[in-house]
Amino acid sequence: MLKSAKTSRLLASPYLAWAFIFILVPLGMILYYGLTDDAGAFTLQNITYIAKPAYFKSLLLALELGVISTVICFLLAYPLGMILAGMKLGRHEFILTLFILPMWMNFLLRTLTWMTLLERKGVLNDILGLLHLPPVYIINTPAAIVIGMVYNFLPFMILPIYNSLSKIDDNVINAARDLGADPLQTFLRVTLPLSVPGIISGITMVFIPALTTFAISAMLGGSKVLLIGNVIEQEFTVAYDWHLGSGMSIILMLFILINMVISSVSDRKEAG
Amino acid sequence: MSKDLILLEHISKSYDGQMILDDLSLSIHENSFVTLLGPSGCGKTTTLRILGGFETPDSGKVVFDGKDITGLAPNKRQLNTVFQKYALFTHLDIAENIAFGLKIKNKSKSYIDDKIKYALKLVNLEGFEHRMPDSLSGGQQQRIAIARAIVNEPKVLLLDEPLGALDLKLRQDMQYELIRLKNELGITFLYVTHDQEEALTMSDHIVVMNQGYIQQEGSPEKIYNEPENAFVADFIGDSNIIPATMVRDELVEILGAKFACVDKDFGENKPVDVVIRPEDVELVSPEKGTLTGEVTHIIFKGVHYEMTVQAGGFEWLVHSTRMSAPGTKVGITVDPFNIQIMNRPASEDEEAISENA
Repeated sequence: MLKSAKTSRLLASPYLAWAFIFILVPLGMILYYGLTDDAGAFTLQNITYIAKPAYFKSLLLALELGVISTVICFLLAYPLGMILAGMKLGRHEFILTLFILPMWMNFLLRTLTWMTLLERKGVLNDILGLLHLPPVYIINTPAAIVIGMVYNFLPFMILPIYNSLSKIDDNVINAARDLGADPLQTFLRVTLPLSVPGIISGITMVFIPALTTFAISAMLGGSKVLLIGNVIEQEFTVAYDWHLGSGMSIILMLFILINMVISSVSDRKEAG
Repeated sequence: MSKDLILLEHISKSYDGQMILDDLSLSIHENSFVTLLGPSGCGKTTTLRILGGFETPDSGKVVFDGKDITGLAPNKRQLNTVFQKYALFTHLDIAENIAFGLKIKNKSKSYIDDKIKYALKLVNLEGFEHRMPDSLSGGQQQRIAIARAIVNEPKVLLLDEPLGALDLKLRQDMQYELIRLKNELGITFLYVTHDQEEALTMSDHIVVMNQGYIQQEGSPEKIYNEPENAFVADFIGDSNIIPATMVRDELVEILGAKFACVDKDFGENKPVDVVIRPEDVELVSPEKGTLTGEVTHIIFKGVHYEMTVQAGGFEWLVHSTRMSAPGTKVGITVDPFNIQIMNRPASEDEEAISENA
């Protein structure tokens, strides 16, 4: 018994080292930089900076676009999850693969493609021109960012929702119908509540990357639309103000923590 | 004479070109305990699902209490189902599970509370209101599934192999429980199982099915004692099914020896099959036997010994409380009442169809 505990500690050590060096140390550094000034003295100034209109605006916009993208992803993914879960074995795998396939391609490349599609003289406007329709100017607007985020993060919503829906026993649905529930009542009282764990992990997996993204907003939003992710990136890479960048990161981490607490609480509720 | 509550008329159903039910007709009396019995794939569950409204037959009619309900949605039917593996709502507690159907029907809170109390008492799970389904044992979950169905006061309770997931001891206890429930509620139970012992123990009426056809229906005693064909004889309990010749009325020649029997009207010198239950084979001393043979195997089964006897070129299965050691020469006699004569089908197809005519 002792020996096996020793062995397992030994086997775990590379992972523990990894977690320490690449997760705990950077986290500690962010906390250190975020809570000190250039002289190394403790300060909350880096955090309170968020109250400045320019920073606050970028945080609000990130939250807004994150929520919008998450909602759109959910509205697209849920019906698809239901269709997939209702399909016969074998056929749903093909369609699932179609949705997962783009994920094998590089994330930046996929976003770059949307640039080409949405540009002023891009593919979309070419097609509209051929149809004698007026061109649309989507690139460098929040709408372009939302499109990019929905496209990139949709699979992360589909998979957990599909997973939780496909785990529901057909007879549980039949039982609801048997007890007098019509199809809508069955959905609202049985299917939807039973898929809540999938919905929550889907929301977490879309909302957090959407909230923190800077690549999608940089490519599709141009320099006109700044999200909190872009602000942080610029503090680190352009302004070289690690203290302010870390302060903003702490703010963003708070939102992620809130999201995770909500999801783990509802998970525990689900487990009974 | 009780009236027919459910009539299935010429029901056919196939999946992917495979015939599951072929022109099945069945009537079910009010307040009876009817069991559909057969091996997996015989169409018994499909029949139940058609009654519950989860499947639509390709052709045929389902009549319930005088009304055609063939196309009616499950939620509009006055019957409730107890599903295989319980199918409880895991996100709701026991009280909410039981109240599900009543809440849909907008019953008052006090009515629902009374019903939950009554149902939990009926299934001997008082005080379980606020437990979650996952925290209950299989037998308890099954009782809740029954409670959830009966609070809706259905005229018929459909039970789809409800005891299949339970262990043997629990299954036997639940059998008595179900008989008690049936008698207390005074409603019709339609029970589906592949377990012949379950069927014999609980039913008023057994419908033996195979390959989408009804093979035989009748009381448990009739099904056991007078199987109409080899399938039924073989499926219900152990049996010796032996090719024989009906010499004339009340005399049958089995393996070269003439046995007195009680059956008539089969004609003369007609090939038939006889069914003799292992407990009806009497072992006597060789000179007193109609046939003589030798005991080849013996197994102690608790209540009786199970022996095989080689006699007349056939391996007889014999159950007896008196043991005969392997190698013993024995005589075989059978009481005339215990010889069941069956028409021998000319082919497999005829075997399936003959009982459906």
